[in-house]
Amino acid sequence: MTSATNVAPQLEQELDAITADGRRKRQGDRDTDTRKTNWWATALIVACSITVLIPLYLSVVVALKTPAQLTEGTGFELPNPIRWENFPEAWERTNFPQALANTALITVGSVIFTLLTSSIVAYAIARNIHRPFFKGVFFYFLAALFIPFPIIMLPLVKQTAIMGLDNQAGMIILYTIYGLSLNIFIYTAYIRSIPIELEEAARMDGASTWRVFWSVVFPLLMPMNATVGILTCAWAWNDFIMPLVVLTDPSARTLPLAQYVFQGQFNTDYTVAFASYLMAMAPLLIVYIFSQRWVISGVTRGSIK
Amino acid sequence: MTTLTEAVRSSSTGGTAGKRATRVRSETKRAPSAFYWMVWPAVIAFALFHTLPVLVGIFFSFTNYPGYGDWNFVGLSNYVNLFKDSRILNAYGFSFLFAIVATVLTNVISLAIALGLNAKIKASNFWRGVFFVPYVLAILVIGYVFQFFFSNSLPKILSGIPLFADNILTNESWAWTAVVALGVWQACAFSIIIYLSGLQTIPGELYEAASIDGATPWRQFMSITFPLISAFLTINIVLSLKGFLQVFDQVVALTNGGPGTATESVTLLIFRGGFSGGEFAYQSANAVVFFIVITIVSLLQFRVLQRREADF
Repeated sequence: MTSATNVAPQLEQELDAITADGRRKRQGDRDTDTRKTNWWATALIVACSITVLIPLYLSVVVALKTPAQLTEGTGFELPNPIRWENFPEAWERTNFPQALANTALITVGSVIFTLLTSSIVAYAIARNIHRPFFKGVFFYFLAALFIPFPIIMLPLVKQTAIMGLDNQAGMIILYTIYGLSLNIFIYTAYIRSIPIELEEAARMDGASTWRVFWSVVFPLLMPMNATVGILTCAWAWNDFIMPLVVLTDPSARTLPLAQYVFQGQFNTDYTVAFASYLMAMAPLLIVYIFSQRWVISGVTRGSIK
Repeated sequence: MTTLTEAVRSSSTGGTAGKRATRVRSETKRAPSAFYWMVWPAVIAFALFHTLPVLVGIFFSFTNYPGYGDWNFVGLSNYVNLFKDSRILNAYGFSFLFAIVATVLTNVISLAIALGLNAKIKASNFWRGVFFVPYVLAILVIGYVFQFFFSNSLPKILSGIPLFADNILTNESWAWTAVVALGVWQACAFSIIIYLSGLQTIPGELYEAASIDGATPWRQFMSITFPLISAFLTINIVLSLKGFLQVFDQVVALTNGGPGTATESVTLLIFRGGFSGGEFAYQSANAVVFFIVITIVSLLQFRVLQRREADF
């Protein structure tokens, strides 16, 4: 694994393509896998994935029931008749469009700014890691990974309030900055595996450092951009504690925060509450279903590099 | 996530980048100024929004600041009081119990599932996709679904078992197990992917050779699989434990710290005491201790676990 880090990623891909060795066989291409189907493993996997899907099934069936149906049964019965009204009611009561817009704004903003900033910082560090200043910066960001959020939480709230950043813009800034630590490591290891000759050639042609980054390095970073983008997206969309402490204006509420605030209001009104949960989970879930293979390969890549 | 260990290792050992470095250094002493422009804004922003709050927190931990109004220095008395406060000790007790049990279960279950996914099974890509689903759901929101399941469905389904029939979430001694269930259910999604990518780095020839030599599947697992994925094991265990120690969303969704303070985690206590309890300074001291504890635990784990890692 240590050796793999230093091999040029493109070369590695080519090599893998040429020598379809045992390792590849065990991976993606199932057609070349000559092993017999392992039915015990299949049974285990099917049983476990039912456990994964049960809570989702429960959210769907409860969200479609009438309150009377729910009190009669355990919650797992199929809804009959289906009560679609739960959804418009939840939509109104949690002010769903606003929460969705806030979450989408924060997530998209965070992903864009993260991709632009983390990659630049990581590039500068990766190409100058032998210089004490850049090495120091690298370890400065590394050290921050050990600092738990609770120690930042209390002073941060005062600070964002004073700076007028207790809103969506503040959240975007915080996700971008707090993500730096981890993202810089993901990028740095990858950038160091890109041969510097490419950049030297561009520089010979008179390109500036910025130009080299944008025209040569950034396009090569696309696999890592995917990884970092996916991780940032899932974090910003699902995060609860940071919006909880930082956001003060009710109109700035994100989706998880809206569920929390209205939890008290729902009280025992579970069917409407579940409609609301389902609507809060659905957007990212739908995006995931359509980009499933791409997401998984992105995350896998981030963990091997 | 191995990126972390990689980064630390490769920067200390040098590697090809080190060789390249000496060459560049002989050409120019200082890096082009553009590189400094790339780094400085990030360093300043990070210092302002990350390091500054940490320092402010440490500063106020030596005062009696309630979160508003005047304050005075009180020396170490906040720290002394922490160790006499049963609510604080209880929170650490719960957080550690939860974190250790959840870490063990998460890693055992996700390694088992990763092995299953790595075997030849039907529609493996589909199942792999299914197992990652919990990662894209907000813990708080799916936690509310779990809360309904434990408090409304389970008492009716398992009405014969008193523990479940009386709603496990209101049981002072066992409510934490429900939090573990939610925590593990969610955390497995990511761990499985890491273990799976670890398993796929193992060359298939090793297994072929081993089975020709007559090694049983269990022997193959203990002698080939386990040593070769130990780097992934290390990073997974360290990350899970660190994440689980800071448990917050799971507790808020299921028990809100109850019954009483039975499932109050350290993060929840800092949040409650610091924001609504007028204990800004006191909880800052708690957070400083928490930071030290997490750092020590993480470093210890790296030392212990990395010693048994096999490199190839």
